[in-house]
Amino acid sequence: MANTPRSRVNLLSKAISGTHSSTGGSTLLGYIGIDTIIEQMRKKTMKTGFDFNIMVVGHSGLGKSTLVNTLFKSQVSRRSAGWARDEKIPKTVEIKSVSHVIEEGGVKMKLTLVDTPGFGDQINNDNCWEPISKFINEQYEKFLKEEVNITRKKRIPDTRVHCCLYFISPTGHSLRQLDIEFMKRLSHSVNIIPIIAKADTMTTEERQEFKQRVRKELEMSGIEFYPQKEFDDDMEDKSDNDKIREAMPFAVVGSDKEYQVNGKRVLGRKTAWGVVEVENPNHCEFAQLRDFLIRSHLQDLKEVTHNIHYETYRAKRLNENGGLHPISSSDTQESNL
Amino acid sequence: METGGFIVKSLVQQKNLEGYVGFASLPNQVYRKSVKRGFEFTLMVVGESGLGKSTLINSLFLTDLYSAEYPGPSHRIKKTVQVEQSKVLVKEGGVQLLLTIVDTPGFGDAVDNSNCWQPIIDHIDSKFEDYLNSESRVNRRQMPDSRIHCCLYFIAPSGHGLKPLDIEFMKRLHEKVNVIPLIAKADTLTPEECQQFKKQIMREVQEHKIKIYEFPETDDEEENRLVKKIKDKLPLAVVGSNTIIEVNGKRVRGRQYPWGVAEVENSDHCDFTILRDMLIRTHMQDLKDVTNNVHYENYRSRKLAAVTYNGVDNNRAKGQLSTKLDTVEGMSPLAQMEEERREHVAKMKKMEMEMEQVFEMKVKEKVQKLKDSEAELQRRHEQMKKNLEAQHKELEEKRRVFEEERSNWEAQQRLEQQKLEASRTLEKNKKKGKIF
Repeated sequence: MANTPRSRVNLLSKAISGTHSSTGGSTLLGYIGIDTIIEQMRKKTMKTGFDFNIMVVGHSGLGKSTLVNTLFKSQVSRRSAGWARDEKIPKTVEIKSVSHVIEEGGVKMKLTLVDTPGFGDQINNDNCWEPISKFINEQYEKFLKEEVNITRKKRIPDTRVHCCLYFISPTGHSLRQLDIEFMKRLSHSVNIIPIIAKADTMTTEERQEFKQRVRKELEMSGIEFYPQKEFDDDMEDKSDNDKIREAMPFAVVGSDKEYQVNGKRVLGRKTAWGVVEVENPNHCEFAQLRDFLIRSHLQDLKEVTHNIHYETYRAKRLNENGGLHPISSSDTQESNL
Repeated sequence: METGGFIVKSLVQQKNLEGYVGFASLPNQVYRKSVKRGFEFTLMVVGESGLGKSTLINSLFLTDLYSAEYPGPSHRIKKTVQVEQSKVLVKEGGVQLLLTIVDTPGFGDAVDNSNCWQPIIDHIDSKFEDYLNSESRVNRRQMPDSRIHCCLYFIAPSGHGLKPLDIEFMKRLHEKVNVIPLIAKADTLTPEECQQFKKQIMREVQEHKIKIYEFPETDDEEENRLVKKIKDKLPLAVVGSNTIIEVNGKRVRGRQYPWGVAEVENSDHCDFTILRDMLIRTHMQDLKDVTNNVHYENYRSRKLAAVTYNGVDNNRAKGQLSTKLDTVEGMSPLAQMEEERREHVAKMKKMEMEMEQVFEMKVKEKVQKLKDSEAELQRRHEQMKKNLEAQHKELEEKRRVFEEERSNWEAQQRLEQQKLEASRTLEKNKKKGKIF
């Protein structure tokens, strides 16, 4: 009898669909079907598939390729797993990208892996971040050009780097100078997720200490890694992200070999004193990283890249020379979100 | 034939039977003297920060060189490469060992690591120089040996191969110090990865012709086998730890992981025991010898060859040169003096000859000059004479002309006179004639 929304809806639906004869109680009458939009989106996404570009940065020997293979449970990296790493360290930083289409549950994902061999390997590593920075900006530029076109493609191919995994060497002491330099310069153009590589080097106490020290250093240097505090939408997000931020950087171990442990087959590394299980949360934080990266924040990574990093780049570009037919409302800056 | 051999044998045996001479105790004497003197050993550790160098040192010598009161370099952030020394006196079984650990914090940590090996090279050279100076002194009763006997180079366990920095460093230092490469934090690698990594490193070491420390071959078969086993495992993969953990009732030193305990002294787990035995128990003296005989001599000959050129310390260079050349095994001072005198005399003679030559040359020059001036004078004389003659001729010419003119004029005058006379006579005739 009260003017509840549902009763209002009842009236509306009755008015709109005249032939709509409801047999049940008031609940059925009230259902419009707005929530099916999620289902419609899902169907559409499944048809079109989506792409995800991930970049791995770190000096050679930190297990980058192995980790990516483990993350996506397939041989996606540039070097298929094998012990024969005869490739020489390149003299300058190269950018090599490999694309794969992987499918799961009817959902197709075009995964592009961008590798940066030669980073931090030279004796003189000055400016080794420049090729990487240039590459990232080039992808933004490509996207911008497509967007600004008069006749645009229906689906602009998205080659922008959505996520950059930065591998920290497990020295046990602190970040290296190169790490801080790189992250400072790139945290504003791409989502950086720092990872402690080869975590089986450290015991549990050492790991905790190292993580704390690294977090402190990152804070002191003003490096905002993903998930950035400033982009938290609401309280729920904030609390979730806070928990994640406390646990970062994740200490991971990668492996694509399986061993038998307690009757189960697990991914791991077999040493003379035991088997390091990759997916065991007591051993390393790989499972946490995978859940974070793929199962909960994949879409968010893409959105932050598109709405924030890309927009920053775009605004800067359009303000520069103004010759790119600037479209109005170019101040969709961070504050709007 | 056999009898001959038998005779020789019996001769030797007879010698022994005669009595106990006692020189078999020579090693004991040397031993006692050395024990009293004590031993010195200097070890240098080089590697990027965080590779477990300090931990390994603590594990090797079972002391806490770096403890909470005196934290190791790893706890202090360094912006440039520094070289730090810490001395520790350890005693064991009555034998004293003055152990010096040279640490190099900051190596390979900066963004630009070019020439990060330079402070280390300078340090090694300065130690050699100190020793050289103390050897050259008049009073050299105490010669403290602070030369670097061994350099442990820590390679990061990437599993790939050597980094450009590793190769550069080892190339520059293998001629100056005994370089022993180690794989640090070996518990990162599985046994297969470790094997591959070792093979890769040895391949690269040979490719770049890096001369790492070589274990010497001995006559003993047993020892040779041990040495060969060590050589197969190069570079040694080590794990360091000083925390004691209980495993199966035993107390061992190791690292406790959630999936097991990596034991430091278990040879299946890592090569720590091999390193310790090799470094301390069997090859310490050999390391010192190689440093003294090869690296130090190289340095010395290079240094003195540069100095000899200036004539200083000439006699020293005639002493022990590097082991490669045929050395005159230390001439006696008298012979040296004789040499010197002979040299001096020879020098004097040479100087004399030179001087004479110079003198002659000067004389020749002077004579030549005089001759030249004479010729010059002669020439001038001739010229003047010519001039004079020319003038003379000119004058003559003028006179002739003048004479000619005069004679002309005279002739003219006579003619005129004749004419006058003729006219006068004519007039006279005319006057006379008029009477007719």
